[in-house]
Amino acid sequence: MGIVERYSRGRRFVTDRPGGVLLALFGVLLVIDVGRRLATGVVTGHYVASLLWDGLVIGLVIGLAGIGLSLTYSILNFANFAHGDYVTGGAFAGWSIAYLLAGLGRFDPGGLILIGAGGGPAPGQVGVSVTGTPLAVVAGLGMAIAFTAALALALDRVVYRPMREADGISLLIASIGVAFVLRYLVVFFYYNSRQGVTATDRIPKYSPGGVTVDAHEVTILLVSVALMLGVHFLLQRTKLGKAMRAMADNRSLAQVTGIPVERVIRATWIGGGGLAGAAGYLVVLTQGTISYDLGWLLLLLIFAAVILGGIGSVYGAIVGGLVIGVASRVSLLWLTGSFSGFAEPAAFGLMILILLFRPSGIFGGVSTA
Amino acid sequence: VSHGRADERGRAASLLGSDAALVVAAMTVIYAIFTLVGLSLGYDANGVLSVLGQVTFYTAVYALAVLALNLQWGYTGLFNIGVAGFMAVGVYSMAMLSGSPAGNPPGLGLPLWIGVPGGMLAAALVGFLAALPALRLRADYLAITTVAISEIIRLTYNSPAFSAFTVGGVSLGTGGASGFGALPTNPVRAIFYVEPSNPASDPTVVGRAIFEAVARIGLTREAVVVDATYALVLVALVGAVYGLLVRIGDSPFGRVLKAIREDELVAQSLGKDTRLFKIKVFALGCALMGLAGIVWQGAINAVYPQSFRPELTFYVFIALIIGGAGSNTGSVLGGALFASLLFLGPQYVPDLINRYAQISARPPTFPAAVAAATSGEPIALVGYVVENIFALRFVLVGALLVYLMQNRPEGLLGHRTEEAAAVDLSARRTDGRDSDREEVEER
Repeated sequence: MGIVERYSRGRRFVTDRPGGVLLALFGVLLVIDVGRRLATGVVTGHYVASLLWDGLVIGLVIGLAGIGLSLTYSILNFANFAHGDYVTGGAFAGWSIAYLLAGLGRFDPGGLILIGAGGGPAPGQVGVSVTGTPLAVVAGLGMAIAFTAALALALDRVVYRPMREADGISLLIASIGVAFVLRYLVVFFYYNSRQGVTATDRIPKYSPGGVTVDAHEVTILLVSVALMLGVHFLLQRTKLGKAMRAMADNRSLAQVTGIPVERVIRATWIGGGGLAGAAGYLVVLTQGTISYDLGWLLLLLIFAAVILGGIGSVYGAIVGGLVIGVASRVSLLWLTGSFSGFAEPAAFGLMILILLFRPSGIFGGVSTA
Repeated sequence: VSHGRADERGRAASLLGSDAALVVAAMTVIYAIFTLVGLSLGYDANGVLSVLGQVTFYTAVYALAVLALNLQWGYTGLFNIGVAGFMAVGVYSMAMLSGSPAGNPPGLGLPLWIGVPGGMLAAALVGFLAALPALRLRADYLAITTVAISEIIRLTYNSPAFSAFTVGGVSLGTGGASGFGALPTNPVRAIFYVEPSNPASDPTVVGRAIFEAVARIGLTREAVVVDATYALVLVALVGAVYGLLVRIGDSPFGRVLKAIREDELVAQSLGKDTRLFKIKVFALGCALMGLAGIVWQGAINAVYPQSFRPELTFYVFIALIIGGAGSNTGSVLGGALFASLLFLGPQYVPDLINRYAQISARPPTFPAAVAAATSGEPIALVGYVVENIFALRFVLVGALLVYLMQNRPEGLLGHRTEEAAAVDLSARRTDGRDSDREEVEER
């Protein structure tokens, strides 16, 4: 009886979702191929492990940035195209402070606060790194979070709050305008080139099991996990978190139950913005460079993570970020040589497939609960 | 009934008259502004014509792209933010079909009457393939999907993998990140020169006559005259596409499109296969975007993948929102206003200020400017702003977009959004109390 039932359910799944089955088959094939390559020694275990580690690091950052996007997407019901530029804003604000503190007394503060713009000190001279100038790096992280939270709150006040009743597309278009303003204000005050920031050559590197891991990557791991745990406790243990989850699930219902909607929205912007700022700061820590469009370049990957995990789900965004991060790095196993530039298109393609075949995300729309 | 027909025709004629007058008036004002700018910068007749030619070129190409987007978004409600990608497909396909086989990367060397329709067809095909699954999606998912498709297209053209390849013995390529250089010669040059592809060619009979005629009014630079002629050809093309879209909008096909925009469920209930309509209109709009890409980027010396960043899409969108989604005349006006006042205009501001204000203070950074300002040299701030006016231009564009979405989401002419019905539905409640009626009739 049980077998028959399972069989018929399986058959229904195959006939109902041929696309999903194809996708699953494709995934299984890829896993088998990795096994074959490892067994025949085409790729080494160390290489696969280092790709996984890189994917984990960037995935954590994407997940961190995705939390805010996911929450505002479901609570305010619009795709915030300016979220990537919140990430950029956090990165620039944070690193300005980190630079200022690390180089104070040795260099002109004007050049320091602009992260080397207009002939300011070069990254190697200032020598910012988590082991060399730990206090400056931590203060910068705090600034990134605080600044972006304030920025998100201010933008909500000026741009989105007067449009609370507008439809999602109008809000989306307005957010594109916000993105332009933020991105080019950064160009106005800083520069429109990519600039080195951290002294990546002076940080300690460890190699557990042959995988090279540097101190900045470990920092990202620790900070992201700490922030994510913080979000988890906020959502599960506090009244505010409960209200947020209720709002993300069903805004009207939450409103009828007497949840102070505007206050929860403000808290969401503060939290989501702060995490986006932290993500921007950490991205620069791992890449070692900063540019005015770094958040914009990440935005589609963040969207991919949010959609993968299901819009409105905080845990989904984290898992989605990890999946997207790892997938974009592991895809380099197949995308070799001149095809290595297709890692990002592959991630975008994955996002489109998810939107087509499972728009509620891989967890089937389970919300923040 | 015949009386009604005639009445309607009369109204259409007067509408055409007033719309044409509106566009002509706007362009006259824009030309006047730019002529003044050119004269006050001390340009001669060549310089002024060059400025006006640029204004016309950008107005025309933006108008084309905006008209195509209006067909998809304004008429049918399809929120496509992958415009740049479809433009890239159009211009790259044209380049690969008609580019010189001796170039690097080589093209197929086919004539342009194959290359241009081929490029449009390729853009339509990609649009069709994208639309097949994507049009089932919600508007915001469609937005994310189309912007992702446009990025996939751009990164594909950017990739070294396809920069040069051989299919069946024929060498082809996209040029990768270094771009496609061997673009076909602009056909407008054939009017003026015996050998259009040779920069030092002798003029044709027609070309010599024109050059001699315009030289009498001081237009001595041939390149400026050729460019201005190309801009005029583009204006004619905009007129043709405008006419095509007005016809489509008024046809039964167009009425279904508007019905889909208003309420897709109703259109479906009336027995219309809305998916088919959406796919058709999406492919058609993409073909027109491809055409816009061809006459725009194809007219510059080389095509680069980085020209097709999503910013380009957003410029087209902003132009449409300024003009008013749903109105073809608004699309042309929006394209003209965006291209001239927001895109080209700010480029002349530093020159104008330098000519008349002589600001010597050029602080390299913002803190330096603030430091100079606080130490009694406030002009340094202006100097910094002038130096960085390019960044501020986009800040202004973004702020304008937010302002429009908050205060006037219908743009200049969006209130004229054409109704889905063939007959004037407001006619029934015409007892003189309905103040909206004037506006509805205006269309």
